[in-house]
Amino acid sequence: MELAKRNFKEVLRDPVSLSIAIVLPVALLVILAGVGSGIGADNAPYLTATILTPGVALFGFVMLMFSAAMILSRDRETSLLSRLLTTPIRPSDFVAGYSLPFLGIAAIQAIALFVIGGFLGLEIQGSIGLVVFVMFLMSILYIGLGMILGSLLTVKQVSGGYTVILMLTIFGGAWFDLRDIGGAFLSVAKALPFLHALDASRGVMADGANLNVIATDLYWVIGYTVVTVFLAVMAFRRRMVE
Amino acid sequence: MRTDLGEQGAPNRAAKKPSNAIEVRGLTRVFGELRAVDGIDLSIKHGELFSLLGPNGAGKTTTIKMLCCLLRPTSGTAEIMGHEIQADPLAVKHVIAISPQETALADHLNAWDNLSLMAGLHGMDKATIRRTSEELLEMMGLADRSKEQVRKFSGGMKRRLSIAMALVSKPQVLFLDEPTLGLDPQSRSAIWDYIAKLKGETTILHTTHYLEEADALADRIGVIDHGQVVALGTSAELKASISDVPVTVVEAKGLNDEAVAALVEIYPNVKVIDGGVEIEGEDVSLYAIEDCLRPMGVVIDSTFKRHVTLDDVFLELTGKQLRE
Repeated sequence: MELAKRNFKEVLRDPVSLSIAIVLPVALLVILAGVGSGIGADNAPYLTATILTPGVALFGFVMLMFSAAMILSRDRETSLLSRLLTTPIRPSDFVAGYSLPFLGIAAIQAIALFVIGGFLGLEIQGSIGLVVFVMFLMSILYIGLGMILGSLLTVKQVSGGYTVILMLTIFGGAWFDLRDIGGAFLSVAKALPFLHALDASRGVMADGANLNVIATDLYWVIGYTVVTVFLAVMAFRRRMVE
Repeated sequence: MRTDLGEQGAPNRAAKKPSNAIEVRGLTRVFGELRAVDGIDLSIKHGELFSLLGPNGAGKTTTIKMLCCLLRPTSGTAEIMGHEIQADPLAVKHVIAISPQETALADHLNAWDNLSLMAGLHGMDKATIRRTSEELLEMMGLADRSKEQVRKFSGGMKRRLSIAMALVSKPQVLFLDEPTLGLDPQSRSAIWDYIAKLKGETTILHTTHYLEEADALADRIGVIDHGQVVALGTSAELKASISDVPVTVVEAKGLNDEAVAALVEIYPNVKVIDGGVEIEGEDVSLYAIEDCLRPMGVVIDSTFKRHVTLDDVFLELTGKQLRE
């Protein structure tokens, strides 16, 4: 767990990463919900805390994905990873060392957002456990994407990969109704996990949907998470012995 | 030297001490068309400081990466303290440490945390980590800066910390890949002092393309070029393998072909160099040189004698000079 500790410290001591990871999503939620309450829920049904919070949470996870990818990519470029790989720790410990700290921060981030959302009028009609489950899966998915980007890309390229994932997340309907846009955007979003994760969590929160109702969305999310984790471990292992 | 791995909680697989600390047989690594390392054989004794000397791209780092289990050999075998690198990489990793060519530090952490990270990954307990880190920071002259983020360190300080990070786990075999690359002469000589202190205690495989570094530090030197070891021996043996005849260097202005021809009549082994000549021979008289050249209008700036250097060895063996 030494590696996890170090990566956690590295994020905490880097004020830019930390503010990006925690402060920015919270500020975004407050601003968007503030705008929504100014316009009124009838005019802007998408700018309510209940609908916004899961979307902003994914936005926060994208930030963490970026931090995870940057640390791993930088460690590769500075040869620190090579140095670490000459120590007697197992491959699974490496994967855990680079992912667990970010899962921890993701949990803190999501809790902060849902608590702040609560003050802004967030409601959860259905099971909190289901919402937590979807958010948990999504945090794993994003950290996995970070591991893939960090294993394969240079530090400079990571920003490009981050932008792509950020756009896909936003166009998955993070803070607007994608069904108003429809067309190719909707088709692409339906083939990706982000919209499904948002639909599932919003269904549970706003409409009290149960497991049966969100099952299809959940399968998409689970499928993508499993595949991403598998690819992340593969990409990382490829870097271990060349 | 420690032979029991049990101290760090590692499996006690090295109970029987192998005859050599590092044993390499036919080690080869091919990248596409390039044979980066081409059938290297090496035996390095316990406590020996062995320098692998060669120009950039000769295969030094590739060799070290294979020995550290970071790169798979295309063919050949290598044993570190009796553990085969491909069959038992985890056991190898228990006994080795590397200071890579790049300083390879965790930039946002301080020196103390960097050392703790490495020691922790080797499974050392907190009290030992504290004691060893304190000793190393003191030895490397970093004790008063130990709580500062290392990204603020100078190049020399980063190098010293990099070596300390390799030493903190008390490795039996230490790999130092170009430990003084890009450093000013003062920092370089400080690092030489630290490395010299480890001799005899720890087996060290060191790579460099600084001839004087290998000359000053190494018990034995392997000259590597195009992925092959082209010469092996102590510095003295390598020099003697070419010639032990001293060389007289004459730096002069106005040296023309006629003057050189006149010199050759007295001393047959004359080589023209930039700004003068080198004369190989036991009984070269400076007076005779002056008597020969002065009447021909040559102005002698300086004359001095030197013995064969590793540079001469390298030039002789590889047909080229070592690049900086």
